Order: sequence, then C-alpha cells, then structure tokens
Amino acid sequence: MKSKELSETIAIKNKSEESWPAIQTDLDPWQPVWAQQKEFDLNSGKYVKIWHGPQHPGVTGNMSVELTLEGDVIVEAKTHVGYLHRGFEKLMERRKYIQCFPIVCRICVPEPDTNEYLLAAGIEELAGIEIPERAAWIRTLVLEMVRAASLTMGLGGQAGAFGLVPIGQWGVAHRDYILDLFEELTGGRVYHMYIIPGGVRQDFPEGFEEHVKFVMNKLEKLISDIEKVMFNNAVFKARAKGLGYIPPEWIEPYGITGTTARAAGVPIDVRKDNPYLIYDQLDFHKILGSASDVYERTTLRKEEILNSIRLIRQILERIPDGPVRAKLPNVLHWKIPAGETYVRAESGRGEMGYYMVSDGSEYPRRVHVRGASYTHAMAVLERLAVGNSIADMAGLMPSLQTCPPEIER
Amino acid sequence: MEEILKRLDERFYVREKKQQRPNLLFVTVDKKVAVEAVTYLRDYEGFRHLVMISAVDYIEQNLFQLTYLLHNYQLHSDIGVRVFIDREHPVMDSIHHLWAAAQVYQREIKEMFGIDFPGSPRVDEPMILEGWDNIPPMRKDFDTKKYAEETYFPREGRFTLDPIKQMEKKNYPLEAEVKYEIKRVVRDNRDKK
Repeated sequence: MKSKELSETIAIKNKSEESWPAIQTDLDPWQPVWAQQKEFDLNSGKYVKIWHGPQHPGVTGNMSVELTLEGDVIVEAKTHVGYLHRGFEKLMERRKYIQCFPIVCRICVPEPDTNEYLLAAGIEELAGIEIPERAAWIRTLVLEMVRAASLTMGLGGQAGAFGLVPIGQWGVAHRDYILDLFEELTGGRVYHMYIIPGGVRQDFPEGFEEHVKFVMNKLEKLISDIEKVMFNNAVFKARAKGLGYIPPEWIEPYGITGTTARAAGVPIDVRKDNPYLIYDQLDFHKILGSASDVYERTTLRKEEILNSIRLIRQILERIPDGPVRAKLPNVLHWKIPAGETYVRAESGRGEMGYYMVSDGSEYPRRVHVRGASYTHAMAVLERLAVGNSIADMAGLMPSLQTCPPEIER
Repeated sequence: MEEILKRLDERFYVREKKQQRPNLLFVTVDKKVAVEAVTYLRDYEGFRHLVMISAVDYIEQNLFQLTYLLHNYQLHSDIGVRVFIDREHPVMDSIHHLWAAAQVYQREIKEMFGIDFPGSPRVDEPMILEGWDNIPPMRKDFDTKKYAEETYFPREGRFTLDPIKQMEKKNYPLEAEVKYEIKRVVRDNRDKK
C-alpha cells in the first residue's frame, strides 16, 4: 500500500473514532430533551424497522428490541417486554407471607436467592425478628455462591454473543457444579426456597464445606482459562473495546447500579455502603473500572467472580457454630404488624430491593420488586443502542446483565 | 436525617413521618407540593438516585398512595416521599424531567394502576400488557381468580392422578367409591344453592 493511501486510511479511521462518541453524549442526561420522540418516515426507503428478539440467540431471555435502522446503524431502539409477565406482585397479595417464598424465587431465574433473602429480611424487619448469627453467615455464603453462578453464566453469554461459543459452554457447565452444591444443601437445583424468615431451613450436610472448596478451586481454574482465551482474544478485544460507552454522568439520572456503574468508576456497592448480613465483617473492597465499555464491564464481572470465591473461602474459615433458625409463630396464621419498609441487597446485576407494605393482616398489602434490569434494559439500552451497528447489539445487551423476568415480575 | 426532615418540614409541611430505620425515613406530603419536595431533595439535599416509584391501592379509604424512594450516596440513607391521591381522579404530575429513569416507572404505574402522568413520554403506550381491555390489574378490585376462571379453561380430555386418590381406589375400591360419591353429591348440592 502506498504511503499516501495509508495516511488517508488512518485519517479516516481517526475521524471515525473522534466522531462516534459524540453521537452518544451529545445530550445532557439531566435535561428532558432526550425524551423527545423522533418521527421517522418509513416510506422514504431510508429507514428499515426490524425486531431484535424475542427469539434470537443473542437476546438475554424473552425480550425484544424494536430497531429503526439507517443502513446498519441504529437510529432508534424501543424495548418491548411482556412475554414473561406472570403477575407475581399481584399473586403475592392473595397469599400468606410464607406462601410467597415459592413465588419470589422465580422472579430472577439465574439468581433466585437474592429475592428470597430480601423478602425474608423485609418480613423480619416488619415483625421484629432477630436471626441467629450462624444463619446470617450461611445466608451470605448462599448469596455469594449464587452470585458466582449467575456471573459465570453471564460471562459465558457475553462470550457467546461475540462468537466465542465454547466459553459459553464452559460457563454453563461450571454453573452446574455450583447447582450441584445447591442440590446438596437445599434439595433444589435452580430454585432453592432455602432462606426463610428467622434464618435458613437447615444446617450444612456432612462434608459440604469440602465440596464447596473443591468447586471453588475448579471455578478459579476456569477463570484463569477464560482470562487467556477470552480477555486476550483479538476478536473479542476488537469488538468489545469502545463499545457501549456509558459516561459517569449517566449513573445518577438513569439510576444505574452494580457492575455497570462500577465500570464507569463510580464507587457504588450496597455490600459496602449499606452493609447487610455480615458483609461489614468480611474483608473485601469495591472493584472499580474506568473505561466503562463492554470490555471493562466483562472484566469487572470476572473480577467479581474471583471476589466471590475469596469471600466464600473467608466465610468457610470463620463461620461460627450455633442454631440456624429462630423460633417463629405459626406461619400460617402469622399477622405482620402494619408498616412499610424498603430492604436492598447487591445482586449480580446491581441494586435489588423490596418495598413492602403491610396493613396488619396475614396477607401483604403490596410488595414491589425493584430490580436493576428495570432501568438497565428499558431506559439505558434504548439510549445506548442509538449510534451503534446492528451487529454490536447482541453484545451490548448481555453487557448490561439484563434479566427480563425481573422487569415484568 | 433529623435536620433534613426539619428543613423539609419548614418548606413543604410534612403531614406524617415515620423513621423506619436510622437510614430510612418515610414522609407524607401534599399532592400539590410533592414534585417540588422531590426536586428540593434532589437539588439541595443530595438525594440524587431515584430508587423506584411505587403505588399502593387503599381501596377502603378510596386513595392511591404513590411512593418516591430517593437515595443519598453521601449519607447512604433513603427517604420515601409518600403522596395520597384521589382514587376517582388518579392524576399526578410527572417527574420525567428530573430523572431519565422515571418515565419507565410512570409507564408501568399508568398501565398497572391507571394513574395518569400527563406529559410523560410514551406513557400511553402499552408496556407489558399489550391488548389489555380490563380494569388495571394491580388495583385491589381486580380479582385474579375470577379473571382466570372466566378466561382460561382446562383442555378437554385431561385428568389428574392424585396419588392419595389413586392408592385409595386401588387398595380399598368399595370404600373409595362410596366416599367420593358422597363428596360428589355434597358438592353438587352446594353448587345448586
């Protein structure tokens, strides 16, 4: 290639690199101008409207995005949900508190225990129940295990979206090892119904600690393999770096939490800021990134898995002995005192919270589930997709860790 | 939190307050000043994170309760601003200009409770329930059981094998037949009334 042509190519490349972040950050997120609805003349032949999902391998679950394209650049995206609506919040109003537990774990399929913990914590706060110390440690262990399982599968999904399919299979396989542990501990693989008000259902079975340590070693080895195959892969680097940049100014107006916010360098972690259970006694720190693109978010997710492994090892070393359940009144005729509360926890995707209102009867008046996917998949994704190529859409969605069952409940 | 509550009370007159936890406070303000109170908390008191907007149906008092839950990242504390609005005319001012995330919550509340937020973008578009023609489903007067029985029917030719029934019929055929015949007669007579 002649040197003149080469310099021209470099100039075009530099120009395109300069111009593309401008598409994304031209509007101030605090101003309402972003909410203006654009009209596209579909009959002009310039625009094409296609549906990305709900049956698409790159979509995270049953969700679809209605895209308006100009060439292969997305000019408008609208998220459509409703394929999974089961009306859990309404169903809970007809059920007694203890009957809600088989429902709430189905709110998020990869990470059910966060929901169980939050419902139990809300009931305990309203009814004024103290849980035994060992129960708090076991709850923390279960939450960290399920976070590792969900993030491992999410890492695989992210790799699969960019064509690195074997890593997706490794991720699902290693999640299964953790599910085996859950089967041993709780009797259920996917949905556990293990955390109940007043503690947990039962103590560890025999030899459980050894099995956990074995699986954690396996998972650690998997992460070192993924480090080599995925994070040093030229294809993955080329496609993920610079894609889906979220500026730190977006965090507050859009309500972004979790790894997505920490990848932008904003130190938000519910485990550190509002410590629940025994997180204030454990030794860990917030993992922060700076680049805030898909690559950075995926790296952070990998670091979170390693962090979970470290926390699980700490818990197994220091877990105290004692009872695992507090005494409860008859749960079938259990009247919770009137009041309202909001409890929150850090799930793998971000802040998860339960807003519970009780009117003094046996049934909850209202349970509102606040999931991180709610804003991530609706408000953020619609804005983030604009200006990107349609080929990058599949990689953009798993990087926000969306979970459609959590949006619709 | 005490000082924040005092300053909020001076400006907007807090009708009711409840300190649920040291870092969680619920206040009730009038509908007219609710958006101003939320704006004041966001701009002057540092409650920059909108955690959620939720609605509660108090059908006995003919009221809807809207809760705006705000979080302060410096103090690590939350404040829940509660507003009571009339159930007959459920209209509330929109806060989509304060938080970009608010429009999604308002769309859901419009759909699930029928509370209108005029001016909020895409608030009239269906979000989860496309093609819904009944009353908003999260209201207390919507009966899920009745709706399910009227809308969905069991497929013909299907039967369930209850283990207890099966074993009774297998081991004690005569007694089981008498028992279930009596049960059937009782049930038929009850339905006639």
